[in-house]
Amino acid sequence: MASVVVRSGRLYGDDVRDLVIDGDRIVDVCKPGTGAGDVVVEADGCIVLPGLVDLHTHLREPGREHAETIESGSRAAAKGGYTCVHAMANTSPVADTAGVVEQVWRRGVEAGLVDVRPVGAVTTGLRGEQLAELGAMAHSAAHVRVFSDDGLCVHDPLMMRRALEYVKAFDGVIAQHAQDPRLTEGAQMNEGELSGRLGLAGWPAVAEESIIARDVLLTEHVKSRLHVCHVSTAGSVDVIRWAKGRGINVTAEATPHHLLLTEELVETFDPLYKVNPPLRRSEDVLALRAAVADGTIDIIATDHAPHPREDKDCEWAAAAMGMLGLETALGVIAEVFVKTELMDWYQVADRMSVAPARIGAVADQGQPLAVGSVANLLVWDPRTPTEFNAGSLSSRSSNSPYLGMRFPGSVRHVLFRGRLTVREAQMA
Amino acid sequence: MIGKHLLSTYDLSRDQALSILDTTAELAAVSERSVKKLPTLRGRTVVNLFFEDSTRTRLSFELAAKRLSADVITFSAKGSSVSKGESLKDTALTLEAMGADAVIIRHGASGAPYRLANAGWIGGSVINAGDGTHEHPTQALLDAFTLRRHLRGGVGDLSGARVVIVGDVLHSRVARSNVRLLHTLGAHVTLVAPPTLLPVGVESWPCTVSYHIDEALPSADAIMMLRVQAERMAGSYFPSALEYSRLYGLDARRMRALPPDAVVLHPGPMNRGMEISAEVADSPRAVIVEQVTNGVNVRMAVLYLLLGGANSETPDRADKEGV
Repeated sequence: MASVVVRSGRLYGDDVRDLVIDGDRIVDVCKPGTGAGDVVVEADGCIVLPGLVDLHTHLREPGREHAETIESGSRAAAKGGYTCVHAMANTSPVADTAGVVEQVWRRGVEAGLVDVRPVGAVTTGLRGEQLAELGAMAHSAAHVRVFSDDGLCVHDPLMMRRALEYVKAFDGVIAQHAQDPRLTEGAQMNEGELSGRLGLAGWPAVAEESIIARDVLLTEHVKSRLHVCHVSTAGSVDVIRWAKGRGINVTAEATPHHLLLTEELVETFDPLYKVNPPLRRSEDVLALRAAVADGTIDIIATDHAPHPREDKDCEWAAAAMGMLGLETALGVIAEVFVKTELMDWYQVADRMSVAPARIGAVADQGQPLAVGSVANLLVWDPRTPTEFNAGSLSSRSSNSPYLGMRFPGSVRHVLFRGRLTVREAQMA
Repeated sequence: MIGKHLLSTYDLSRDQALSILDTTAELAAVSERSVKKLPTLRGRTVVNLFFEDSTRTRLSFELAAKRLSADVITFSAKGSSVSKGESLKDTALTLEAMGADAVIIRHGASGAPYRLANAGWIGGSVINAGDGTHEHPTQALLDAFTLRRHLRGGVGDLSGARVVIVGDVLHSRVARSNVRLLHTLGAHVTLVAPPTLLPVGVESWPCTVSYHIDEALPSADAIMMLRVQAERMAGSYFPSALEYSRLYGLDARRMRALPPDAVVLHPGPMNRGMEISAEVADSPRAVIVEQVTNGVNVRMAVLYLLLGGANSETPDRADKEGV
């Protein structure tokens, strides 16, 4: 493998250095202009970050390859600056056996653009009735550590308790989609003044908050580890902050869309904005931002959810829930946090790479930009704004709410295990 | 002009609403003649696109369009094997290819008419004939027309009129459209319902809210009873039909608590014995049958203003040229 020099980038937006990469490792961090290698990629004026790690990605394979495949999703991830994604279990068949998670893992290796880490289902078929073979998935070649019925909540308290207990044997974590099913029957959007006016069935904040409250107490009781998916309300932030203050081993994620977009977009009745949990009030968005900045919410996760056109090109109630996220995430975060100085690039690296790698127990990801680390990194160019359009996306689907919006910068280069996957904003 | 589409009462200014009511009054004269027909929309195609059963609304629109000499076709999508999402778009493209000038849509999904008007599928006018639990603007217009006739002698707005709306506000598109339109026309609206049948955030609506019907009766100029579906009991919105009827139903005793000139409205179909007793429904105060007549005229006015208004033919002139 050719050696690579990343020339004159600002590491974490700070010191200007050359990074020399040989094989899959960073072998030298030196003064700008002094690094030598076979291939030189320019990073002058750019920011160098560790490769991003997504704890919440829907790659749709197996079963819904018309929406996304492991290969197309890997390309979208690379384009977005990711070097690792966690493929959610709600595929068809469900990733609830060692066989399925190993297949997903192998297809990821074949695509070779990011580490694809399968997430195992908590319950067989996501039905919430019986534990899936968590141990078999953990001990498989896929080394599953994150388990989730995402898309559905593990709502039976006893089932949740058992799952939390069981994964302690292999340092697993239950990633909960916190949604009380009874309180959200037929729910279409955030419950509030707007849902009342639009006549759309409401998804109340309490349906999320009550499950999180129950789960942190269960986690404390059985001394396990809980991760809360896509936190969307100010009340959830309060519950998580309280739990952390009490020493409960809970982590949480927020999505870029819940950090930028608000429920007013639903007034267009355009299903592009239909997502679960739904877009919330601006008060919630501000609370989530503050929580990410102060670390109450540990990570940014995309909940990248590709859907074919026909599933969005319809009336609101008939449309599928979810939006694309991989290619746009860093742009949104740069807009929401860096431009506003709510966070610096060190904190961005923590929330989007270091912390998700730690929660997912991913060995070769989220390492520091230092000699000896596996060379998973990205170069962000803050001088070239991005404007996304349907034609520029690598995903098989185009259900992005950000089309036509401009973000302050772009992913310029990405190295995955020492190899260029993206060069000058194009797949290498 | 009232714009290209009629999707929501939110989109109507006071002047626009009044122009619809005034046009309705002019067109009502046509409906009273032996030959009830105007040539205004000759050669125009109006499509009734009904994804939900609603015989009365469909017939009302059909009659309104025919009285204006439009070609009317009815497209009942119920029972179609196509998945819901595909059928709205594909049906829309089909209607567009057939040259529909206006599409009157009734759909179970809130916002479906808005989507039809804005997704770029069709070029004609869209009229919302009821969408999910969102809006039913022509119902509100016919209610306003009926109220104006009884409370204001058929002219002007509804300034100061006190209208009480009772029932399942949460699931009612009629209530949503009426609260907004009656407010726009200057009326004071009071919603009465058990707390379970009021939407979250109702306190921000331009109306007052009460849980007790008896408090609202003595000062009401008009009372509108909403249909309450028995299946709401299964959702634990209220314990039993009997309890609902006892606490929120309009019976003869409660009717006597209304001021002597107050009128009783119901958008139909009624659940006699549930939200309204037979005695009230059949009393001279009930203007429920008249609402149906006014519905045809209001829908004529809407079609006239959306489709024919651009030709700047007034109903009077059209009348003189008419058959």
